[in-house]
Amino acid sequence: MAAGVATWLPFARAAAVGWLPLAKKTMPKPPVDKKSRNDEILFVNVSGLRFQTWKNTLDRYPDTLLGSSEKEFFYNEDTQEYFFDRDPEMFRHILNFYRTGKLHYPKQECIQAFDEELAFYGIVPDIIGDCCMEEYRDRKKENQERLAEDTEAENATDTPLPPDSTSRERLWRAFENPHTSTMALVFYYVTGFFIAVSVIANVVETVPCRPPKGSKKDLPCGEKYTLAFFCMDTACVLIFTFEYLMRLFAAPSRCKFMRSVMSVIDVVAIMPYYIGLVMPENEDVSGAFVTLRVFRVFRIFKFSRHSQGLRILGYTLKSCASELGFLLFSLTMAIIIFATVMFYAEKGTKGTNFTSIPASFWYTIVTMTTLGYGDMVPNTIAGKIFGSICSLSGVLVIALPVPVIVSNFSRIYHQNQRADKMRAQQKVRLARIRLAKKGTTNAFLQYKEEGGFQGRGSDNAVCLKNRSSFEHQHHHLLHCLEKTTNHEFTDELTFSEMCMTESVGYRTSRSTSISSQQGVSTSCCPRRAKRRAIRLANSTVSVSRGSVQELDTLQVHKTSSGPQSRSSLNARTEDLKLNCEDRDFTAAIISIPTPPANTPDESLPPSPAIPGILRNSRPTSFTHETVKISSL
Amino acid sequence: MGAVVGTLTMQTRQRQPSRDKVDDELEMTMVCHRPEGLEQLEAQTNFTKQELQVLYRGFKNECPSGVVNEETFKHIYAQFFPHGDASTYAHYLFNAFDTRNNGSIKFEDFVMGLSTLLRGTVREKLEWTFYLYDINRDGFINKEEMTEIVRAIYDMMGKYTYPALKGDVPKQHVDAFFEKMDKNKDGVVTLEEFVLACQEDENMMRSMQLFENVM
Repeated sequence: MAAGVATWLPFARAAAVGWLPLAKKTMPKPPVDKKSRNDEILFVNVSGLRFQTWKNTLDRYPDTLLGSSEKEFFYNEDTQEYFFDRDPEMFRHILNFYRTGKLHYPKQECIQAFDEELAFYGIVPDIIGDCCMEEYRDRKKENQERLAEDTEAENATDTPLPPDSTSRERLWRAFENPHTSTMALVFYYVTGFFIAVSVIANVVETVPCRPPKGSKKDLPCGEKYTLAFFCMDTACVLIFTFEYLMRLFAAPSRCKFMRSVMSVIDVVAIMPYYIGLVMPENEDVSGAFVTLRVFRVFRIFKFSRHSQGLRILGYTLKSCASELGFLLFSLTMAIIIFATVMFYAEKGTKGTNFTSIPASFWYTIVTMTTLGYGDMVPNTIAGKIFGSICSLSGVLVIALPVPVIVSNFSRIYHQNQRADKMRAQQKVRLARIRLAKKGTTNAFLQYKEEGGFQGRGSDNAVCLKNRSSFEHQHHHLLHCLEKTTNHEFTDELTFSEMCMTESVGYRTSRSTSISSQQGVSTSCCPRRAKRRAIRLANSTVSVSRGSVQELDTLQVHKTSSGPQSRSSLNARTEDLKLNCEDRDFTAAIISIPTPPANTPDESLPPSPAIPGILRNSRPTSFTHETVKISSL
Repeated sequence: MGAVVGTLTMQTRQRQPSRDKVDDELEMTMVCHRPEGLEQLEAQTNFTKQELQVLYRGFKNECPSGVVNEETFKHIYAQFFPHGDASTYAHYLFNAFDTRNNGSIKFEDFVMGLSTLLRGTVREKLEWTFYLYDINRDGFINKEEMTEIVRAIYDMMGKYTYPALKGDVPKQHVDAFFEKMDKNKDGVVTLEEFVLACQEDENMMRSMQLFENVM
């Protein structure tokens, strides 16, 4: 219900008294209105700018933040006011909405910022008044288009395929995005070359060549070198047919593919050849066959797969369809009118060119587009007058829709440019993020090295002091995570080193040395290996206690249950996992808690086998859940 | 060319009346009505100053010009009863509030009506209701008038009711009403008959009390 109506509610309820004599049953009890009806002035402080308003004003819209009890969450007891930490400039508009019932969109504000404010205050954007609605909608649509394009650009093309895609999917991808593999690129250029060759051949074969010996007439090259051109044509058509069949095979939805514009163009480009092969050599049919050859020129449209600009042009024309339609319609109207007038004006003249109204169409078109070939000219005075009016109006009619089409084209073209720029920017941004991530890891590792955990003596105190409290807390957190998972962070180098030296039995010594520290030993896992604990369980290695413990550790990783401290840290793991977009991380180190020295011989021999298996296994056959802990 | 000229002339012809209309509208909004002073209203009605202030602020916000015309009235009432058609009843209600019969309700009329309905005595309320039912203001309610009112009320219910409206329910309702109200069975109900009959009805008297604290 419109909020202004809330003002009239008491009146409507009072008017219900008029129903009482007629009522068949007793009236129900009215709801108890606990709050006092006395109006009071509320103070609203938005980032320091104090607003004052009647409580009733805010109560007008009970389903928004300010109108409901939700605002009590923002009440500041000390200053007896409602404090919102939001944009004060925008709040002015929001408050005006309560006062006047109409929401206005400030034109100089960013549309997203405005939307966010509306969402915060619980106001639905549909209430925007008519005066500002158009502007708001236009800006919103523009913004949404932009966002859609950006997400499309992100998701598109350059992302690597999931490893388990079929050859069909890979083929389709190669066709759609030639940049992904060299083979696709080669194929792309080859087809482009053959399209060009085919088009040029079509053009050249009509050029008159020198006549063969013993004949006076000039022959077109096509008839002179029939065999050569035929061979070239055959080659091109073979390539195109092959390409078309490959695309058809690779297409995820064949029906949709066959209905798409490009596929239709492909078919039309190659059909004439096949029809020509099949057609018998008799006279009347070959006349029709000649016209079919015209369709070969459609091959030039195949270039639109290769050219972005051509696609933009096509898209522009499609989006300006209504303007083009209007242009066509108004031109047709004008042509018919003027042709009729000219015909009747010139009817009396002897030997006139204006033999019929359709014949006058030609004159009208030539005049309106200011071509003026001069093959048809009016002779009578009336004809000349109307002819001049025709040419003057022609300019106007054509000039009207053209700016619309041009502006559309410009907008779409710039959007496309934007998409390319965005992609370039994304790459830079990702690189920067990666660098920052590495920086934090290194900071943490350095912190560890300097014995920040143990809080050692004064010699380290100086270095430690330089770090902010935020860093301290952050590192403490990472440390807690390490303690929880019984694994440590490390960097790439150390990790690969350990992998190298692992097989030499270095583990034994290492394990003893580390077990003196924390009873934790490290072993390797293949870098960037994805593994699943289940796979390990299914491995055919005899599972000894050590390996069981390894599995246990992995399992411990996986489960998110656990003591309270663990859950928050696991959440942290989740965060870390999500942040890890690329594989550039420091993999965690699986620790196999070696049982205390009683049975070192027992546990150790099988264990190397397992990492051995892990190492030898192909990375793609395992997927791993939680073992890798990415750096921040 | 003719088409172009034609469209151009069409545009100019259309612009003329709209410009006049805009001027008229400007003139109308210039007309602003101010109510009598707060003290006077307080004396005339049963509301306190604060209540009058609250009422006026709401009223002024909705109708900056200070008057409500019937269209707005119907529109407002329709918002409260979206299921059916409230326009007929709103029309009768408007006439009941518009005591001076000049087609618009000023703030004073609004407040007087409310004062009677919410803070008046039982007799005053019944008189107001009688005034509402008596469409032609001749001092008698006859069956046609009553049927009109009852139909208007049932219109507000809309089509989808439970149990479904079958037969001529308004007419039956009116017949029942006349049975109760028309003491001397002369086919019309006078004010006295009305007041007497209502005062005898216990349920109605009790319901009247319920609307005391709407404001």
